[in-house]
Amino acid sequence: MLKFILLRMAQAIPVVLAVITVTFFLVRAAPGGPFDSEKAVLPEVKKALEAQYKLDVPLTDQYLGYLADLADGDLGPSFKYPGRSVNEILASGLPVTAELGVYALCFALFIGVLAGILAALRPNTKQDYVPMTLAMIGICMPSFLLGPILILVFGIYLEWLPISGWGDLPGDKILPSITLGSAYAAYIARLSRAGMLEILSQDYIRTARAKGASDSRVVFKHALRGGLIPVIAFLGPAFAGLLAGSFVVETIFQIPGLGRFYVQAAFNRDYTMILGTTVFLSVLIVIFNLISDVLAAWMDPRLRTQFSKAK
Amino acid sequence: MRISYSSTLVALLALTLSACGGGEKNVVSGNATGYLHYGNGAEPQGIDPHLVTGVPESHIVRALFEGLAVKNPITLEPEPGVAERWEISPDGTVYTFFINPQAKWSNGEPVTASDYVWSWERALHPETGSLYAYMLFPVVNAEKFASGAIDDFAEVGIKSLDAQTLRISLNAPTPYFLQLMDHYSTFAVHPETVLKFGGMSDRFTLWTRPENIVSNGAFTLKEWSLNRQIKVEKNPHYWDKSSVALEGVYFYPTENVVSEERMFRSEQLHVTQGIPLGKIPNYRAVQNSPYVQAPYLGTYYYLINTKKPPVDDVRVRKALSYAIDRDTLTRTVLRDTAIPAYSITPPDTLGYNPPKLFSFDPEQARALLAEAGYPDGQGWPGLEITYNTNEDHRKIAVAVQQMWKDELGIDVSITNQEWKVYLNTVSQGEFQVARRGWIGDYVDANNFLDLFLANGGNNNTGYANAEFDDIILNQAPKAASREERYQLFFQAETMMMQEMPIIPFYTYTSKRLIHPSVNGIYPNLMDSLNLKYVRLDPNQRLDLTTE
Repeated sequence: MLKFILLRMAQAIPVVLAVITVTFFLVRAAPGGPFDSEKAVLPEVKKALEAQYKLDVPLTDQYLGYLADLADGDLGPSFKYPGRSVNEILASGLPVTAELGVYALCFALFIGVLAGILAALRPNTKQDYVPMTLAMIGICMPSFLLGPILILVFGIYLEWLPISGWGDLPGDKILPSITLGSAYAAYIARLSRAGMLEILSQDYIRTARAKGASDSRVVFKHALRGGLIPVIAFLGPAFAGLLAGSFVVETIFQIPGLGRFYVQAAFNRDYTMILGTTVFLSVLIVIFNLISDVLAAWMDPRLRTQFSKAK
Repeated sequence: MRISYSSTLVALLALTLSACGGGEKNVVSGNATGYLHYGNGAEPQGIDPHLVTGVPESHIVRALFEGLAVKNPITLEPEPGVAERWEISPDGTVYTFFINPQAKWSNGEPVTASDYVWSWERALHPETGSLYAYMLFPVVNAEKFASGAIDDFAEVGIKSLDAQTLRISLNAPTPYFLQLMDHYSTFAVHPETVLKFGGMSDRFTLWTRPENIVSNGAFTLKEWSLNRQIKVEKNPHYWDKSSVALEGVYFYPTENVVSEERMFRSEQLHVTQGIPLGKIPNYRAVQNSPYVQAPYLGTYYYLINTKKPPVDDVRVRKALSYAIDRDTLTRTVLRDTAIPAYSITPPDTLGYNPPKLFSFDPEQARALLAEAGYPDGQGWPGLEITYNTNEDHRKIAVAVQQMWKDELGIDVSITNQEWKVYLNTVSQGEFQVARRGWIGDYVDANNFLDLFLANGGNNNTGYANAEFDDIILNQAPKAASREERYQLFFQAETMMMQEMPIIPFYTYTSKRLIHPSVNGIYPNLMDSLNLKYVRLDPNQRLDLTTE
């Protein structure tokens, strides 16, 4: 198992390095620079700014310099926000985005697994069709539509929940978490239905039923662990996706997370910010994929035996 | 069993939702405590007056700092700020400012003339990289210092005669110079505070953080939570603190106008920065409407690259411009939120009105196009409109494309580019027709006309006319009176518009929602906000029922 983890980590290093390199040269190849503005910039001013941010040295030197700083954990100063470092901006946005991601994932898991189990228990009946149709709608409905609908219903007409902010007013975290989580809930519902259906048709489940075990005992004691393996495998990429993809929800609900910086950095040609967020998120994605692989291996005896054989 | 799963779920959800309640509305609590909740458009880049550019930044910088002179929020004429009075020499080239002895920094120290000398050196220093350094270029040798041609700041025309007296020498009479004193790029910063956290021209320092900053305006910075909110509170050391009614202001980075409008509707904001165009009719229909629209010192136009065929021919340029029905455009596409424009300077710019040399005239447009060799659009080589990606710009471009097709029988293509790509395209001159907007930095026709100087960095059209340059650079500054100066501007602008290097479309308006409880936000041409004058009346409520 340890060998498996180490191997996967070793594989991750060239991936992250490739991401850094490609991003570094791509953003610099894009037309327009960080200090271009609608008003003409005096040549002296532009030169001074480029010198302050070391843009006047050859590109390869900039690249090596960036890697050296990165090795020290320094992502550099932001170009767009004078006086702010990329580290600081990431540190201010990450807790918010991570919290939002965790709530959204909890919501998605709770609703998704519940709906999936219900559907799998009585396949091809109303109890299957209703949640699965809802799930399909959930997958198709983009958050920029669902968010405003929830806001209109719960925020403006019913006045039950605040419609913006994060941690400023009681309950302001509910609508964004639901909006962000619903597409994932739908996806998880379909995954857990498929996983449960497969497991419920296995011999050991039939044995359990033959022994007279109740529905709930069959589900929770015997089937769930195996049936949720596809869901677990999906969780890693899902959480990374939640962190990287929260931009729309953060914009709709005025949430001070990472997503807004991530997207705007590209528009601003804020080179260090683009690189910082990309590197950071790629590392996160690698880590979460690794965790979910390990979890899936731990939960699935068949995979586990493969590892022991590999040893 | 099955039923109990779903019912538990429903019960749980309902419980969580109802337990939360709507929370107290910011507007209600703000009115009770004297705090304004202000939708500020975007997260500010920063609040260092010499480093930032942009409208959201200016609102915060102007709450925290004050210039030598400030603009009256209604008339926009200069009024005493840090300087209690000033004298102008008879030839208009020497300004002597007398600093109010009561003007204090937020740490209680007096604001001195030498603070200004130091601050202007910082603002002009090439290493600071202030994008607005040119605001001080009317000052003797300022441009030379900023471009590195001279190193000794003592040669620049700003001197402190004593702690309270500041003498500024200008290259030429500059009638709008006092207005520049209200622009944040000319504000003073507290030298000791800046130096405590870094060098004079360092960009990466912590002096603007709430725990470090020292400022001299009506408010002081209390909290700056990135992308969440900025909180300022009344400055106890401000010289005119008795006039400040608000206890403080919360600024929110409301980038998304749709979300901002919803925040306003649920009374989380007193004031918005904008409004989605589609919502305007609904708000206009409301009795005692919170929607406020006012002319804004800015022009929306298309740049023409006069070096590229077919628009290198003035007849083609005129034909294109005459064929646009600006009244219809502003009424339909823009929903009556803009004023048709026929020249670059907005109307009534401190009493100046630009020439109107033409109107919507399809007949003449066709005749001119035929004269240029494209009768009814025959033989037309094609034309491309470039604009930066934005839904509103697209709508206008499509309307223009259709008008040219209908009136002139010519086909044009429209291309959108991402902002920085578009800026690059325009500055490299790789376009035929490109969208552009210009917002004035100060209320004076000069600010619009000097765009078209032959070597102007913002010209981009290839228009060059020595006579025009002479009027703007030499004759107008020396004019004896405002009338004479305006006549010269009129003459220059007429000369420029006869060559049609741009196609003007409309004058901007500022559009925002203001809660009925807010008094003292005066609509003006600069959309200039002075929070000092804002008062809250808790008895006024928002009522959005339509008539």
